[in-house]
Amino acid sequence: MEQTETTSTLETITSSVDDSAGGETRDMILNIGPAHPAMHGIVRIVVRLDGEQVEEVETEIGYLHRGFEKMAETVDYNGVIPYTDRLNYVSPLINNMGYCMTVEKLLELSVPERCHYIRVILSEISRISDHLTCVGATAMELGAFTVFLYMIKAREYLWDLVEKVTGARLTVTYCRVGGVKADLPEDFAEACHKAFEETRTVLSESDKLLTRNRIFVDRMAGTGVISSDDAVAYGITGPFLRATGAEYDVRKDCPYSVYDRLPFDVPVGSRGDNMDRYLVRMEEMEQSMRIVEAALRDMPRGPVLVDPGSGRPIPAAQMVDLAKVGNIGAIAGGSAVVGPTLEGSGHAEHPSIAVDDKRVFLPPKEDTYGNIEGLMQQFKLVMFGHGVRVPQGEVYFPVEGANGELGFYLVSDGGGGPYRLRVRPPCFAIMSALSQLLTGDMVADIVPTFGSVNMIGGELDR
Amino acid sequence: MTSGASFLTSRLDAALGWARKYSIFQYPFVTACCGMEYMATACSHYDVDRFGAGFPRFSPRQADVLFVVGTISHKMAPILTRIHEQMAEPKWVVSFGVCTSTGGFYNNYATVMGIDTIMPVDVYIPGCPPRPEMVLDGLMKLQDKIQAQHTTGLRATPEPRPTSVGRETGLVQLELKA
Amino acid sequence: MNPSSLIESVKDHFPEGVLAFHAYRGDATVVLRRSALLEVARFLKQDPALQMNFLMDLTAVDYSTFGKRPARAFFSSSGVAVRPFAQIPDEAPWPGPPPGSRFAVVYHFFSTAHKHRLRLVVPVEEAHAEVDSLTDLWLGANWLEREVWDMFGISFKGHPDLKRILMYEEFEGHPLRKDYPVDKRQPLIGPVN
Repeated sequence: MEQTETTSTLETITSSVDDSAGGETRDMILNIGPAHPAMHGIVRIVVRLDGEQVEEVETEIGYLHRGFEKMAETVDYNGVIPYTDRLNYVSPLINNMGYCMTVEKLLELSVPERCHYIRVILSEISRISDHLTCVGATAMELGAFTVFLYMIKAREYLWDLVEKVTGARLTVTYCRVGGVKADLPEDFAEACHKAFEETRTVLSESDKLLTRNRIFVDRMAGTGVISSDDAVAYGITGPFLRATGAEYDVRKDCPYSVYDRLPFDVPVGSRGDNMDRYLVRMEEMEQSMRIVEAALRDMPRGPVLVDPGSGRPIPAAQMVDLAKVGNIGAIAGGSAVVGPTLEGSGHAEHPSIAVDDKRVFLPPKEDTYGNIEGLMQQFKLVMFGHGVRVPQGEVYFPVEGANGELGFYLVSDGGGGPYRLRVRPPCFAIMSALSQLLTGDMVADIVPTFGSVNMIGGELDR
Repeated sequence: MTSGASFLTSRLDAALGWARKYSIFQYPFVTACCGMEYMATACSHYDVDRFGAGFPRFSPRQADVLFVVGTISHKMAPILTRIHEQMAEPKWVVSFGVCTSTGGFYNNYATVMGIDTIMPVDVYIPGCPPRPEMVLDGLMKLQDKIQAQHTTGLRATPEPRPTSVGRETGLVQLELKA
Repeated sequence: MNPSSLIESVKDHFPEGVLAFHAYRGDATVVLRRSALLEVARFLKQDPALQMNFLMDLTAVDYSTFGKRPARAFFSSSGVAVRPFAQIPDEAPWPGPPPGSRFAVVYHFFSTAHKHRLRLVVPVEEAHAEVDSLTDLWLGANWLEREVWDMFGISFKGHPDLKRILMYEEFEGHPLRKDYPVDKRQPLIGPVN
């Protein structure tokens, strides 16, 4: 099997004999195979080298193809959300949000304002952790192991924050069609400010260590250059495109959710080399923190007890036990106390996190356990064979992922699950340009260029 | 295991087991999302270096534990077995994450439903992705296993999962008449 | 340009190539004849009023089981009727998949100058599953078309190197087609299940 793989790529890259300058040289074919030390994912890069100079590159992907699009056809609309987490697994909330907004576009629903703000806040936190991972891993591959450790430390603070809200560190499955799973906890704003303080310290330390570091600059500046016209021709978007000088950010140009109300800048580079991409990502992290802080200030009020006088707090688990034996009287007038786990939402949180449409979102716990309409709504949405029913149609909805425009194209036939769900992966376009990026540079430049591509296998191969 | 062994060889076993378990050189075969939790475990917050397993060796010849981290697709499987075959004894395999243990929820045309169908696995760490605490627990279980290993490296290698259920045991799958 | 004027300008220039059009949920969509694809794409890229410099996405849809999928009810064999929620009503319903063809190749275009988007849908029959390639106009079409070939089996005329991209060469069949079962494995090594 290995033999056939190498022969098929050898057909396109053949070694040649070069007789210039009196010596006989021969190009070497080097296989930077699927199992390689770089942290970014499995890809096979076959290069033809003339000494240290890269002459020709062929990239082979697909080693992490997990059939996301096929699996999406087998589950219902909310069941696709765990699969979307694992697309760009360093920024899972952006994928969740993109998918949910696509289905909501098809359903013509609009979620409550607070829910928009919550989604934006968590998306930006995800974006920061994605850029931290990317820059950290690139720095590590160039030898700056300390920077990697610092950035992962900052990422841990952010993941603690995400865990407070969603219950999970990495694969969160937080958004739902028509809202989010749970509201932000009460101490979120202070925890967020503390985490950002730490992140800013880490960013300034890393900046001091890297940005004017002779070795870093020599390796990153001038390598992996691509012009903005070529980048547009390949379909490249995101920080990669902005580093070349073209100013396209989905959040600014095709604003969605509440991005048009939040103040932020979009950093744009000029030379299109690795150094510019590094600088764009560092600046984007600061801008994301700015967005989150503005959103926390402007966000509408949180969970409001509908009737503050009568709301007797009962833990949701206790409510289940009472309702199961039919003791509805004991829970009447109570309000469910839920944590950020699988317990769902109570009356207090429900208006701020969920759309008010019983065909789409689960009812608050007091209704599920307290009256028959809530129970029926829960049944109709959860049971096998039922679920959210979406009208026939097709939509495309783009969001700004950490690597660029993450678009979801959904075709629905009116059934219980998506008929066809297509993810437009941002790093697919960047990887297709990899051969142009690497050609002309030296072998050692493959490392920073491939690092700054931020190839995430889950997104590339789906 | 210690057939008529003297006091000295059992001491030697214990000493070698102790040395091996506290100097694990892992080959992190990272493919997918579990890689992020692997990075988190290896870095300062959860620090796997205090277990002696801090240096990943990216060459199979120099590594002794193969951490298979993340989903293995059928396109990747031959490469994984090649890496495993290139490792020298004594070697252990840790299946990190539920995709490598059983295939996870990717029950489709592209995924290997558990790497124990293609190689023997010593420790399974379930989770999607497993928390770093679970990884460290799995690592400690691996260390216990290494400690208990006989000097010569011979041990009961775990069996790969049986491919056809029921034929050997005589059990018959009942069919639901439609 | 808003969706309707986008559609108008395509229709005015290629009246015989356009089979249908709509703007469902605000997405300007034009259903094209297969033969008109290359000229329309060139027009979209070069016309100053449109300037679609981005080929955002290129994918395909297999409409063979559209509306015919069985309801996934756990207890359907026991005769319990599954009556899910009624269809959420739609004021301007979607016209439906292009009739008569199994596949449709879908292109999404974007313009950074004018910030507008357009979707082209090209119906393709199963017997003659071939479309013109857009690799001359947009370099990104290369890998996108390889993926459509890999997943659906639709070939692209004029593509420099049409081979599988996500699956391995020994794989037989095209996984995203509706008649390919989701868990039919073809392992290179190891057991089938």
